[in-house]
Amino acid sequence: MFIFLGKRMAQSVFILLGVTLITFCLAFLMPADPVRMLAGRSATQATVESIRTQLGLDKPLPVQYLKYLGRLMQGDLGRSYKQKTEVTELILSRLPATLLLMAGTIFFELLIGIPAGIFSANRRGTATDNWIMALSFAGVSVPQFVMGLLLLYMFAHIIPIFPLGGYGSLQHLILPALTLGISGGGWYSRMMRSSMLDVLRQDYIRTARAKGLSEWAVVLIHALRNAVLPVIAMIGLDIGIFMAGAVVVESVFGWPGIGQLAWQAIQMVDIPIIMGVTLVAAIGIVVGNLLADLVMPFVDPRIYLQ
Amino acid sequence: MIVLFTVSAVFAPFIAPHPPDEQFFEGLTLEGAPLPPNSNFWLGTDLLGRSLFSRLLYGARTSLIIGIAANGAAVLIGAILGITAGYVRGKVGMVIMRFTDLMMAFPALLLAIALAAIFKPSLWIVAMVIALVNWVQIARVIYSQTIALVEQEYIEAVKSIGAAWPRILFIHTVPHLWPTLLVWGTLGIATTVLLEATLSFLGVGVRPPTPSWGGIIYESQSYFLDAPWLVFFPGAAIMLLSLSFNLVGDALRDILDPTQRGHQ
Repeated sequence: MFIFLGKRMAQSVFILLGVTLITFCLAFLMPADPVRMLAGRSATQATVESIRTQLGLDKPLPVQYLKYLGRLMQGDLGRSYKQKTEVTELILSRLPATLLLMAGTIFFELLIGIPAGIFSANRRGTATDNWIMALSFAGVSVPQFVMGLLLLYMFAHIIPIFPLGGYGSLQHLILPALTLGISGGGWYSRMMRSSMLDVLRQDYIRTARAKGLSEWAVVLIHALRNAVLPVIAMIGLDIGIFMAGAVVVESVFGWPGIGQLAWQAIQMVDIPIIMGVTLVAAIGIVVGNLLADLVMPFVDPRIYLQ
Repeated sequence: MIVLFTVSAVFAPFIAPHPPDEQFFEGLTLEGAPLPPNSNFWLGTDLLGRSLFSRLLYGARTSLIIGIAANGAAVLIGAILGITAGYVRGKVGMVIMRFTDLMMAFPALLLAIALAAIFKPSLWIVAMVIALVNWVQIARVIYSQTIALVEQEYIEAVKSIGAAWPRILFIHTVPHLWPTLLVWGTLGIATTVLLEATLSFLGVGVRPPTPSWGGIIYESQSYFLDAPWLVFFPGAAIMLLSLSFNLVGDALRDILDPTQRGHQ
C-alpha cells in the first residue's frame, strides 16, 4: 500500500515536472514579445532592454527554466505582465468561483447521470433504454457554449427566472453548472448503466430475486450500493474535462473563475497567467487521478494496489 | 445524416442560394439588424447581412475537412506510437508511454488554445493543433491492445517458425487492430468537430471570413437574445454532425468489438 503510494507520488511529481517543461516551452514559442507589449510601441530600445533584464528574459533558456522551477517551489507563479499583480494571488482569488462551479457541476452530473443510468439498465434492450442512451449521446454532442447560450435564452430571456450571467448567488450558479452537468451527465449515465448491468448479473442479485423481492427493491437496495461507487470514484478522473468546460462556460456566463482568467490572459498574451492556470489545472488532474486510484480499492476491495 | 452533411459540404456551391461572403443590402433591416428566417434567406441573415443558410453549407466544409484531416492525423500518430510502444516495449515503449501520461495530465483545451495562439490559425493549422491534442487516447488504447496481442500464443508460434518482425507486425498484429482504429476514428471525428467549434467559438479557431459553425456563433454571441437563430441553427448543425458520428461509432463498436458485447 505505502510502496504503491510512494511510486504513484513519484510518478505524479515527474508528470508535473514534464508539464512545467512543456508550459515553459510553449510560453517561449509565443510569437508576441512580452517585453514589447509591456513597454508599449513608442518605447526606446534602452527601455526595452532594461525591462528585459528586469524580467530576467535576457538569460539563457535553461537558466530561465531553473529559476522558474525554483520560484514554483515557493508557490510563486511570477507576475502578470499586464495586470502587474502576482499570478498566484490572481489564481487564488479566482479559484473559489471555479471550485464552486465544479461542485455544482458534479451535483448536476450525478443528479442526471445516476438515475438515467439505473433506469436504462433496468429496462435494458427496450425502447426506453434506447431513448435514454440516445439522449445521453445528444447531451455529450451539444457543444457546451451552445447549450449555455440556449439555457440563457430559455431561462434568462424568454422565462426570466435566472440572471443573464455573473456571480454572487445560488441563482447565478444554476445555469452554468447545469450546462456542464448536462454534458457530463451523458457520460455518467453510460457508466452507471454498464456498472449496473455488471452488478445485476451477479449471484447475490439472483438470490435477492429468488427470495421474492420486487424488482425495484433488488435494484435500489441491493444493486445500487455496489454499482454506484465505481461511478462516483470516476469523478477524480474528470477534472481535466471539467477544466476545459470551465474555460468555455465561464466565458459564456461571465463567471469569474480561473477559466475566464486563462481566456483573458490568452487574448492579451499574458504568459505567466497562461502558464500558471495550465499548471494549476494539471496539478488538479494529477491529484484527481491519484485520488481516484487511491479510492478505488476501498470502493472495490477486489482491486489490489501493487 | 453524415451523408446529408457530406453532400452539403461537397456541393455547397451548387446548393447555396447565395454566395456565403456576399453582404446583402436587403439582408438587413432598415436599422441594420439581421433578418429572421424568411422566404429569400431561408435561415435568416447574420450581422453583416450574409445568408446564414449559405454560410452553414460552407461551414460544413470547414467542419468536415477539419474533422477528417485532424482526426485522421490523430489516429495515425496515436496508432504509430501505440503500436511502437506496445511492440518494441523496453525503454522506447516506456518513454513513449510516459510521454502519453504527461499529455493526459494536460488540460487538452488549454493546450489547444495555447497552440492555436502560437501558430496563427488557418484551416490546416487548426486541424494540426487538434491532431496534436487528440492522439493521446488512441495511443493508449492501441498500446494496451498491441501488448495483449503480442503475448498471444499464435504470435509465439509465428516467431518460432522464424518469421521476421515486419511480417509479425504487419501481417499478424496490425490487422487485428483495424476494428479498434475504425471505432476510435469515427468517435474521434465527433470529438474533433466539437473541439473545432469550441476553438472557433473562443476566437482561436479558423479565421473569418472562412465560415465555421463555431465562428458564426462567436460573431453573433453578443446579439443572440435578439437574433437567436444565429446561435440556434449553427448550434444544431454542430450537434447533429457530432451526434451522428457518435452514434455510428457506437454502433460500429457493438458490431466489431466482441468484448463489449456482454454489456449490451
